[in-house]
Amino acid sequence: MNWDFIMKYLPLYRKAAVLTVKIGTAGILLSVVIGLVCVAVQYFKIPVIREITTAYIEISRNTPLLIQLFFIYYGLPKIGIRTNAAACGVAGLAFLGGSYMAEAFRSGIDAVETIQMESAYSLGLNRWQTLRYVVFPQALSISMPAFMANIIFLLKETSVFSAISLMDLMFTAKDLIGLYYQTTESLFLLVVFYLLILLPVSLVGSLVERRLRYAGFGT
Amino acid sequence: MPDLGLEVLLKGKNMARILGGLGVALRISLLSVMISIFAGILMGMLMTWKNPISRALTRCYLEVVRIMPQMVLLFLVYFGTTRIFGWNLSGELSAVIVFSFWGTAEMGDLVRGALISIPVHQYESAAALGMTSGQIYRYIVLPQTVRRLIPLSINLITRMIKTTSLVLMIGVVEVLKVAQQIIEANRMNSPNAAFGVYLTVFLLYFIACWPISMLAGALEKRWR
Repeated sequence: MNWDFIMKYLPLYRKAAVLTVKIGTAGILLSVVIGLVCVAVQYFKIPVIREITTAYIEISRNTPLLIQLFFIYYGLPKIGIRTNAAACGVAGLAFLGGSYMAEAFRSGIDAVETIQMESAYSLGLNRWQTLRYVVFPQALSISMPAFMANIIFLLKETSVFSAISLMDLMFTAKDLIGLYYQTTESLFLLVVFYLLILLPVSLVGSLVERRLRYAGFGT
Repeated sequence: MPDLGLEVLLKGKNMARILGGLGVALRISLLSVMISIFAGILMGMLMTWKNPISRALTRCYLEVVRIMPQMVLLFLVYFGTTRIFGWNLSGELSAVIVFSFWGTAEMGDLVRGALISIPVHQYESAAALGMTSGQIYRYIVLPQTVRRLIPLSINLITRMIKTTSLVLMIGVVEVLKVAQQIIEANRMNSPNAAFGVYLTVFLLYFIACWPISMLAGALEKRWR
């Protein structure tokens, strides 16, 4: 191990990690919004838009992020839709993540038994109140493990951003390997920085999961 | 109608080359899936053991795979082993090693989930009927586990196919690399090739994965 090399390039990795976290956070927030919209459309059974969201979910879940990014970054400018690399990364992550989030939320809503909604209606709650007080709290608890898994999955997926020349951790590592042949040190820093980003998320995730494990009453 | 650069696909053997590239990606994923399923079943059984040492080890393995992006693992195996051990692994072999390592953990977790989802009273009833532990596995546990497992492992196949797109980054010539080559070669006479060719690759991945996902969904619904 060449510690001088590690100390020298630590700031470069720190910058790359900040970029990874920034784009990852923006993409995840957007994908939560997209997921909520999709699930709302399906819950309220809005015609036509519902079919569109189903098609979107199938397309997004069955293609890899790398291909989606290549298409957005290199393909779309040819027909006049031009974006910069960072916006493209956020858009790609949101496009991919939206469907995963939608599926996570939907599985939560599906798990709430019909009898619960019927009971709520017979108590005189309207559709919105049923959603707010009966369905939502239970769905939140049930979909939490999938939601947390999705966040980790999306943060991991940011590693393909180097393909569209965003200076993320992968890009930095590959660059340093190519420039100085300090493969061991570059890869060591890469692993350390990914651990620094993902380990806390994973720990917080399992903590939140445990706190929210209150659903399943009467089953 | 704007120039979408689709005519490039009809030139020469371009379409056949793209399909050949997809073939490479599918070959890597199928090989890794087969290894992962066999190793994953053993791993899953290991994960249900109560032995604290095996428990800690499998738990660590699972967490490493969960937390490290597959791309990092690819780099570690492809570049790292060359440097540290002096091995000269080809890109394809490194990909199969990494995806099997990843798939075994995922499959193992699915198997573990399916095994512990079988209530204790099933084991106890079988034992009360005088079955040996081999018979319990063969006639009681396995049939129920397999039903829960098959849809989930089919999903793993589509994830594997999608993840193989990453091997581009370690220099394997697969569908995306072929697409890049075609676009570069036709840069002068059809500048918009990037749109058409990448759209085609996008659709090819969709065509490869979608039927498999549908099958998994249908089986899940039927066997619930």
